[in-house]
Amino acid sequence: MAILSSSIARKVAMALSGLFLVFFLAQHFTINITSVIDPDTFNSWSHFMGHNILVQFILQPVLMFGVVFHFIMGIVLEIKNNNARQISYKSFKGNKNSTWVSRNMIISGAVVLAFLGLHFYDFWFPEIIHKYIENNPLDPTRYYPELVHKFESPVRTGLYCLAFVLLMLHLWHGFSSSFQSMGWNNKYSKALKGFTKFYAIFIPLGFIFIALYLHFNQ
Amino acid sequence: MKLTLKIWRQKNATTKGELKTYPIDGVEGDMSFLEMLDVLNEGLINKGEEPVVFDHDCREGICGSCSLQINGEPHGPDRLVTTCQLHMRMFNDGDTIVIEPFRAKAFPVIKDLVVDRTAFDRIQQAGGYISVNTSGNTIDANTIPINKHDADESFNAATCIGCGACVAACKNASAMLFTSAKVSQFALLPQGRIEATERVLNMVAQMDKEGFGNCTNTGACEIECPKGISLENIARMNREYLSASLKG
Repeated sequence: MAILSSSIARKVAMALSGLFLVFFLAQHFTINITSVIDPDTFNSWSHFMGHNILVQFILQPVLMFGVVFHFIMGIVLEIKNNNARQISYKSFKGNKNSTWVSRNMIISGAVVLAFLGLHFYDFWFPEIIHKYIENNPLDPTRYYPELVHKFESPVRTGLYCLAFVLLMLHLWHGFSSSFQSMGWNNKYSKALKGFTKFYAIFIPLGFIFIALYLHFNQ
Repeated sequence: MKLTLKIWRQKNATTKGELKTYPIDGVEGDMSFLEMLDVLNEGLINKGEEPVVFDHDCREGICGSCSLQINGEPHGPDRLVTTCQLHMRMFNDGDTIVIEPFRAKAFPVIKDLVVDRTAFDRIQQAGGYISVNTSGNTIDANTIPINKHDADESFNAATCIGCGACVAACKNASAMLFTSAKVSQFALLPQGRIEATERVLNMVAQMDKEGFGNCTNTGACEIECPKGISLENIARMNREYLSASLKG
């Protein structure tokens, strides 16, 4: 079972979990952007996501696993990679041959992870408490006001925007890199790379737009 | 040209090393980097000091022996050249040049600037070959038609001289560019397909065993490679590996 322990297997596992999270991010953005376009649609989609059995008890645990797996694998790779050069160079000019983003995925990843902690504190834990601990009655109209309320604070809005900038950097290298890790190299590679770069900018900018829109339209 | 050299000096594999400063004068722009080190060593020998030990052989960019980290980059600031082809005109009068050995756990320092790169030999021995009958019944390679694109790609991969600059440049000390070039040069040819499955599995297993890091696709290896080996080879090796693993 060499495939489970080799360096290439780890690369592919990192790539697949990353692609899964990229797919989830697009879905999350699609729902969130409705909060700007039509609050009723946002309420109805959020209610569906919050109460659908398939989403709650199958897709959500799979998502959690994907996040934790990607995070743990990132740490494992970082440790292994640091061990591969135990004596550092006195002079190392990484900026001459590679981008800062590609060399510091662990930093952008750690910031995104810290943001996830804040995001869980803001939305996921209150939602779990609301539904499963306090057993409040169903209210399909509560989601939009709760979302708007969260973005009253300029500090929270600023932190969200900062995290999305780091997410942009993480995606800028990670999304296109995942295809290289899986061996993707054909006549469509250039177009695919262009799409990944577009996605890396568009989605985080979209989230920043939503945060700022909600903050300034209280 | 007057320069200040900061050179890594290390007595042997078990002792600690350090950067030592050597001023050098009279360096000509037309000198190669190794010729400049020859001048330095001549001066050190004349003074009764121990010369700086460094690897070199062909001095024309094809043997892959010279392996110096110069001012933070393997083979120095020029592109698509080895250290022996690096000319001193790339530097300016009064410059300070930091010279270190290639750093990786799998490339332990033997002395001063010389590192043990036999890890590459072991990766090659794990599968970087084809089994051909050489008892007199060898079939002429030209009798097998090969697609021009594949032949060119294979040749490009085969130009890897195994110098180790890819490992030295990579922040993770990964050897994937080297290994992928050796896998690719055979994987692209019909003669190499016969043992392709075992080859990629064995070579990657050996690469991991040697303690090289994991590739994170920074692309530093491709930029610093003196032979311009492409990252496409790593994608090909990944494909080959996945396919071989699924086969069994």
